[in-house]
Amino acid sequence: MPITRRYFFKSGGMALVSFAAAPQFLMRTALGQSNTDAGKDRPVIIAIFQRGAADGISMVVPFGDKNYASARPQIAILEPARGEERAIDLDGFFALHPALDSLKPIYDAGHLAVVHAVGSPDSTRSHFDAQDYMESGTPGNKSVSDGWLNRYLQTTASKTASPFRAVAVSPTLPRTLAGPAPSVAMQRVADFGIRAGRATSQVEELFADFYKDTFDAVKMLREANSQSYVPAGGAQYPNSSFGQALLQIAQLVKSNIGLQVAFADVGGWDTHANQGAGRGQLANRLKEFGDGLAALYRDLGDRMRNIVIVTMTEFGRAVRQNGSGGTDHGHASSLFVAGGPVKGGKVYGQWPGLAPEQLYERRDLALTTDFRDVFAGLLTGHMGSKDVSRIFPGFTPKNPLKVL
Amino acid sequence: MQDVIHLLNRIAFGARPGDVERVSDIGIEKYLEQQLQPERIDDNATEARLSHLRSIRMSTEELLKTYLRPRQARQLQMRSMLQNVPQQILQDLQAQKVIRAVHSQRQLQEVMVDFWFNHFNVFWGKNADRWLTTNFEMDAIRPRLFGKFKDLLMATAKSPAMLFYLDNHLSSSIKGINENYARELMELHTLGVDGGYTQKDVQEVARAFTGWSIERPQVNGEFIFRSRMHDVGEKNVLGHKISDGGIRDGEAVIEILSRHPSTAKFIATKLVRRFVSDESPEKLVQHVAGVYRNTDGNIREMLHAIFTSKEFRAPESTGAKTKTPLEYVASAIRNLDGATDGSRPLVQSIARMGQPLYQCQPPAGYPDRGDHWMGTGAVLERLNFAVALAGNEIRGTSVRFNEPVKTIVAKLGSPEFQKR
Repeated sequence: MPITRRYFFKSGGMALVSFAAAPQFLMRTALGQSNTDAGKDRPVIIAIFQRGAADGISMVVPFGDKNYASARPQIAILEPARGEERAIDLDGFFALHPALDSLKPIYDAGHLAVVHAVGSPDSTRSHFDAQDYMESGTPGNKSVSDGWLNRYLQTTASKTASPFRAVAVSPTLPRTLAGPAPSVAMQRVADFGIRAGRATSQVEELFADFYKDTFDAVKMLREANSQSYVPAGGAQYPNSSFGQALLQIAQLVKSNIGLQVAFADVGGWDTHANQGAGRGQLANRLKEFGDGLAALYRDLGDRMRNIVIVTMTEFGRAVRQNGSGGTDHGHASSLFVAGGPVKGGKVYGQWPGLAPEQLYERRDLALTTDFRDVFAGLLTGHMGSKDVSRIFPGFTPKNPLKVL
Repeated sequence: MQDVIHLLNRIAFGARPGDVERVSDIGIEKYLEQQLQPERIDDNATEARLSHLRSIRMSTEELLKTYLRPRQARQLQMRSMLQNVPQQILQDLQAQKVIRAVHSQRQLQEVMVDFWFNHFNVFWGKNADRWLTTNFEMDAIRPRLFGKFKDLLMATAKSPAMLFYLDNHLSSSIKGINENYARELMELHTLGVDGGYTQKDVQEVARAFTGWSIERPQVNGEFIFRSRMHDVGEKNVLGHKISDGGIRDGEAVIEILSRHPSTAKFIATKLVRRFVSDESPEKLVQHVAGVYRNTDGNIREMLHAIFTSKEFRAPESTGAKTKTPLEYVASAIRNLDGATDGSRPLVQSIARMGQPLYQCQPPAGYPDRGDHWMGTGAVLERLNFAVALAGNEIRGTSVRFNEPVKTIVAKLGSPEFQKR
């Protein structure tokens, strides 16, 4: 079969088809703007997915609830007091895990909010299904094929949109960004392109028929990043794939190439065994997580005035520890929202309590905030969405938290 | 001829020069029959290519003695040499996988190893699994690729790699159960997430598997049933009462799950998705699930039913699947009559395209859907690979061809070559 453009449209990968949908002159427009200040005040949302179901009551510890410590004899985080490995008080009832200490200054500055007892109303305890529901934005409905952030892009499609309007820093495109609106998945800004030395332009020419738009994007990114990247403010990203992904996001923001939606994920939260308390396995993951977010916040500096970072995880973990010093799959968890527009320094959400009769199915933290309420609030309050009913079909916002 | 190319794209990692003619000569039926009986195919030449990969033939006990944990090495005041760190075990595993994909005469066998390992995924990087994964692939998966699904399931259930990966080795009647394995056993290995089990079933299955553990994980890493950790009470799993006691409780669960119609459907769906198309045709799934039920889960019979179905041969299934990074890389080397020793640069290319081998962390394994693999960055990596391969610039891998390099790069990078 001869290779034709038509063949490609029929059978090619979606991200490339998406690229092909953005006409050339629009890219030149975006390119033309790339070194001006014009793009700087565009609102940006950075979504972080903690895959594996992070333990919400270890991240943000409800030490004021009298049933907390007794449910977890070996793995409860010690309540705030002087000394090592103790939770960091937020408001006299909730406290941060000690490994999240680098987030405390952001909370104190009023730029970090917590939402607790938040998650998906669907009862599944399957990682796969629960991630799918949170990414599609349609709990309980498996027939929706695009992700909620892609639908945001669709509803706010712009004629001058950059090909880098939405970027996931990962080898493959996450479900959250899947769909007809253009999105890019990439691992490193510096590697985004053809690496064929002097033959590079020949290779690009060879594939111009299929991948021209991709190569235009490559060129645009290269021109915007002619110098090697140095994080600002002495920001130190963790030396891990998550830390490096956040650094790439900061670099993309500062390249002024029209980035509005960024995505990264971080794994290792499925702590069924030996999760530890103030120290240990979960603490190590949280250290990387908190230090990474704090570095991103510091690196982006003033730019944070128009950026919101939101974290999410598919569900929380059972309140009682299991037989192996870990926790099995649960229901509600907690999440963080950070950035200039955020009314931070506060833990949002109604606390359902940890007494046995207050638990979901008598084992898990009950849910009082639907994750869609949080996301919808960010899209309308920060990202300029007029109507979120297309982004979250079948959902009526019922519990606006006013995090912004 | 088109049907032979299609067959080789599906039951093999693509055709080598001359393969199409060879298969046409002996006929598709005969070739299929051979591939479904791999032990009768001589593959000594491939085995010879694996001879330098010492660790893949070691028992777990030998691996633990040879490849020391960093702390152990310090205590013994040994300088950890590159050859005896556990990372070498991973490199050997990755190398044997790509060598076999590229060179083995038993191509369907290698496709099925990839399929079943991914179905029963374990993550090499999880602590003890660095020493246990080799045994999992070589001794639990490889010998049971075409037999009864139940036997494969039982072997994985008793595999130390799985017991460790999904935490069942810690599940205990004394300290309390751990639900991890019980849930994934039903969701991912047998019934499927909508297969009709409840949270209560998860807990009951976990109780049945209490005591299925690992004997001295740092010395020999063998399966052991610890009766002291076992919950002796009666369990009720999917409406079946289990009260035999002891190790037979878990074995009874394997029996119940492998006989369940949801399992027949789930396994049929995944096989059809792998070999026919991302949206498994419903009629074929029903048919293959019927074969499962009528043959007590005979994998060879199910595969034969798929390969001889009209859905498999239908024109719309030609080129309907997107190659995974492994499939793309192996098929490119095979297409160019190439050879590889599985050195790291090749394995790293596959990782950059999104598929680091043996390092998939979630228990669901890598998705078997085309849209997952074709993000912008991944496509650029595929083009970069095409350029490096055609230029013979990948250490440990070589290819040969008569056409101009440019023609080869254009072929390997084309959208069409991303499909199978």
